[in-house]
This record gives sequence, structure tokens and C-alpha cells, in this order.
Amino acid sequence: MAEKKPIIIMNDVSKIYHVGGEEVRALDHASLTVYEGEFVAIIGPSGSGKSTLMNIMGCLDTADSGSYILDGQEIDDYSEQELAKVRNRKIGFVFQNFNLLSRLTAEGNVELPLIYQRLGHGERKRRVQAALERVGLTARAEHKPTELSGGQQQRVAVARALATNPSILLADEPTGNLDSKTGDDIMALFHKLHESGATIVLITHNEELAKQAQRVIRIMDGHVTEVR
Amino acid sequence: MLIQSIIMAWESVRSNKLRSFLTMLGIIIGVMALVVMVSLVNGATGVVTSEISNLGNDLLNVSVRDDKGSPLRLQDLNELASDETIRYAAPTGSMYTTAKHGYSDINASVTGATAAYFVIEGMELEAGRLIKTVDVENAAYVAVLSHDAAESLFSGEEAIGKTITLGGRSFRVIGTLKEDDSLMSAMFSSNSIYIPYTVESRMAGQPYISSFAVAAAGDTGAAEQAVADYLLNRFAQDDDSFQIINMSSISSAMDTVTGMLSLLLGGIAAISLLVGGIGIMNIMLVSVTERTKEIGIRKAIGAGRGTILMQFLIEALMLALFGCVFGLLLSALILMIVSMIAGSITFTMSPDVVILAVVFSSAIGLIFGLYPANQAAKKHPIEALRYEG
Repeated sequence: MAEKKPIIIMNDVSKIYHVGGEEVRALDHASLTVYEGEFVAIIGPSGSGKSTLMNIMGCLDTADSGSYILDGQEIDDYSEQELAKVRNRKIGFVFQNFNLLSRLTAEGNVELPLIYQRLGHGERKRRVQAALERVGLTARAEHKPTELSGGQQQRVAVARALATNPSILLADEPTGNLDSKTGDDIMALFHKLHESGATIVLITHNEELAKQAQRVIRIMDGHVTEVR
Repeated sequence: MLIQSIIMAWESVRSNKLRSFLTMLGIIIGVMALVVMVSLVNGATGVVTSEISNLGNDLLNVSVRDDKGSPLRLQDLNELASDETIRYAAPTGSMYTTAKHGYSDINASVTGATAAYFVIEGMELEAGRLIKTVDVENAAYVAVLSHDAAESLFSGEEAIGKTITLGGRSFRVIGTLKEDDSLMSAMFSSNSIYIPYTVESRMAGQPYISSFAVAAAGDTGAAEQAVADYLLNRFAQDDDSFQIINMSSISSAMDTVTGMLSLLLGGIAAISLLVGGIGIMNIMLVSVTERTKEIGIRKAIGAGRGTILMQFLIEALMLALFGCVFGLLLSALILMIVSMIAGSITFTMSPDVVILAVVFSSAIGLIFGLYPANQAAKKHPIEALRYEG
């Protein structure tokens, strides 16, 4: 593992929220590293700070202190615009509730981050096709989210995350809204992607799911308590 | 990126057709109000202005109230006409009498004319000839009929050479005039008959000239001055003894009035466009709130502030411009219908008004779209993603 390139290096990261005059330390000097090609699960109960960790890792938010290096770039003092660019190029999100745009077709949803990358029409179509192929949904490209099953919607979301060739796939409870059979299918898809070289961070509260990862990072009360 | 933003805005406008239409309605009505009102005023102004200039912009109408025992005669007018600022002068006295031919009779206005009269009034001959100076000098019993009078008396038959009776005297018809299609003639009866001035004044028992028309040779003001000087001299320097009406001063007064009217109606229309803009802002704000989650998703996958701002701004602009186009189409339809009803007047949309409507609508779309678009752009991605509407 040591010779692998680190994709995520978090060092002493803290995030404090003020709720009703009270200080809540959502993250308290958390440090962790994720290497290229790894499949890591971050596990913790609700309120443990894993959402905050995911937001910072996904560049949706910045830390109050500590340093975060993503794929060699130090993120800490990035502007909103720069963060948007990093999210667009380096991170592929897969959310619990899919977060697809209902107005757009599967194809349109997958194309969206590529539009924000200002890619040409031909290149976009090619990449959308490739991404849908990887998740096995080429036949459903023209369908809108409402015409797809939950599992298919999540596959579209995975295709959207993959389309930009991100440094890391960030999956937040990706099977939380799916029945166990479909959930297993999605996990199988993640394993397949991992085997083909993708770096995956899975955020979950589900022990069974976490066990499937190569490595588990446990978080509790804002502290990274166990790294296995 | 701009093209993509336009496509996204179009999809959003299209996906909620009824709401988009209702949002546009304010702009549609505003544009319609602007274009139709300004076009109607312009059309009416055009007609009235051309009507007035048909009456003669270089024309002075003079009436004598008190001749101070020194009445005007035809030779006095000829003397006046020899002034270099004056081209023609002709008496304009008329009376009403019954004209008969065979079994048909009409009530006609009979004007005592000279050769100059027809030139001053801009009357054109259809057939035969006009009254000549020699007819006036010889007090010949000849008559020229207006188109309508000829129609009424002869109902389509050849009138020239026939005889009509006016106040018991027989006149030979020597000419007929072209149809007068001006608005004035549509409003007033145009059963007009023209006979030599000398004959008319004798019949009316009016040997002197109490009203006459003057056509200026160049500057109407100079001609007015010349006429005034002549009459002041004649009537013991009493400027209350006569009145001169300058047609060009009427038309310039008319211009001022219609200009004010355009401005006033345009202002009202602009206010209704403004209200339309507020409608756009209102709906855009609702739309931004409703689509908070969408904004969150777009931001999560890499849309920057500018991209979101642009998308919503283009959406507002699109609503305003579509509204403008619908408004223009409806205005064209309304103007077509009004023109059909009005008959003699054709109302058209001037390019100026169209450009004004487009520019004004775009400006309103941008101005009233900016605030909602900015609200959308500054949403925090995490909060937006968490939003469950």
C-alpha cells in the first residue's frame, strides 16, 4: 500500500458549528489518508460527524482548521468558484436519494457535469455512452428518472459520477433507499468499478456494507477512532 | 456554455407551460398596450396631419367682420394677390340652395369661385373644364359639380353639357371634380357645386367679399403679414375687424397635441410593462425556491455561481422576450382588425415601436430577473441539497 499514491490526505481537520449559541464540534482534529485505487468505508452512527467529513472531502464545504489535500491540491483556502471546479473534475458524488434532475433523461443527467466542464458535443456524447455502458444502462438512456426503478436511478447517478473520470467516487449511503437485492447489485457495481481501478469512499452507518470495503475508517463524536 | 444555458432555460420554460404563459401574460399585455396605443396614435396623427396639409399648409383663411364702409371687391383681391409673398387669393363665399336636374333634386352648397379658387383648394378635374376668369367676368351661368353632386343628380349619366337649376336659374354643367376621399369629406356632405363668383354673389345678394382664401408664395408667415398689413390699412388699423386663420399653425398645434398623446399613452403602456416585469420577478423567485434542490445538485456536480446566475437570468430574459414576441403578434392582429373596421385609415406597426418594445422587454427581463437569479446563485450547495420542497 505504501508505494501507492495518496488521493486524500486530511490532517487535523476540525469543523465547528454554532447551533443556538452552543458550539458543536462536528469534526475534531480528524486525520486520515485514502490511497489511489482503494475501496474505503467510513462508518459511524448518525451525528458522528461523517456527513461533515463527507462534505469537506467532497469540497462542498471547507474546514475551519487543519489541511486537506485532494489529488495533490491543497483545498483549504479555495474560493467558492474554485471548489465548484474541483467538485466538477475530481469528485464523483453518489447520493442516498440519487439526486437526479427529473426533467432530464438519464443521458441528460450524465451529460450535465460534462457540460459544466465545457466539453464539446461529440466528446460529451462519447463519454455519456461510455459511462452508461459501464453501469449497464445503455438501453435506458432516453428514459427520465421517473420512468426508472430505484436501482436504475442509482446506476444513472453512478454513471454521472463516473463520466468526468474523477479522482474519487464519493458514495453517501448509496444503498440506503434501495431494497436489499437492488442494494447488493449496486454494491456489486462498486466492486466492479473498484476492480477496474476506481478509488471509492463509501460513507455508511451499515456494518455489513462497511465490511465489503478493503479498509474501514470509523468515526465517532467527530474523532477518527479506528483505522483498519 | 451560453448555448447550453439557453437550452436549459428553454427546457425549464417548456416544462411548465401554463406557468410560463401566465408569467409572460404581463409582458404580453404590456407590449400590446405599448404597440397598439402608439400605433393607433401614429396612424390617427398621420391621417389628421395629411388632412390638414391637404387643406393647405400654405393656406390662410381670412374673414372680414367689419368692413368700415370700405368693402372688398374682386379687384381688391387681385391687387392683394399681386404682392410677391402671395400666390393666389380667391373669395370663398358660399350658400345653400336646391339643385335640380330632371326629377332629382339635392341640397347643395353653392360656392362662388374664381379660377384661382380651384388651385388654392387643390381640387382636381375629372371631366370637362373648370371655371375660367372669363366666366367670372361675363357672369356666365356655368357650373362645376363635385363628384358626389354629379352622382346624386345624374346617377352615373354623363353630366357635362347638361343643364341644372339652382335657385330657379339654369346653369350649364361644364365640369365634374374627382372624388374627394379625405376624412373631412367623409364627415361633411360633399354635394358641392361651384359657379362663377359674380353669379353667386348676385344670387346671394352679397356684392362684397366677406371671406377669402390666400395661398402663400413661400413663407406663410410673410404672406400672413402682407394680408394683415393690407387689411389694417383698409380697415382703419382695427385688427378686430378681420380674422386670419393660418393652417400651418393649426398643424403645428396638432403635432404638439399628438406628441403629448403618444408620450402619455406610451407612459401608461410602459407602466404596464413594468408590472409585467414584477410578475416575472415574482414567479422567478418562486421557481428558485422550488428548484433549490436542483440548484444544490447542479452545484454539487460542478456548476459555479456564474453558471447558475446565467441559467436563471436567461430564463427570465426568455420569458420576457417570448412575451414580447407574442405581444407583437397579437398587436399586429389587433391593428389589422382595427384597420379593417376603420376602413379609410390603415394602422401599421412602425419599426421604431417594435424595436422599443423588444429593448424595453429585454431590459425588464434582465432587471427583474437579476435578483432571483442572484438568489439562486448564492445558495450554499449543502443546504440546497438538503432542501426538501
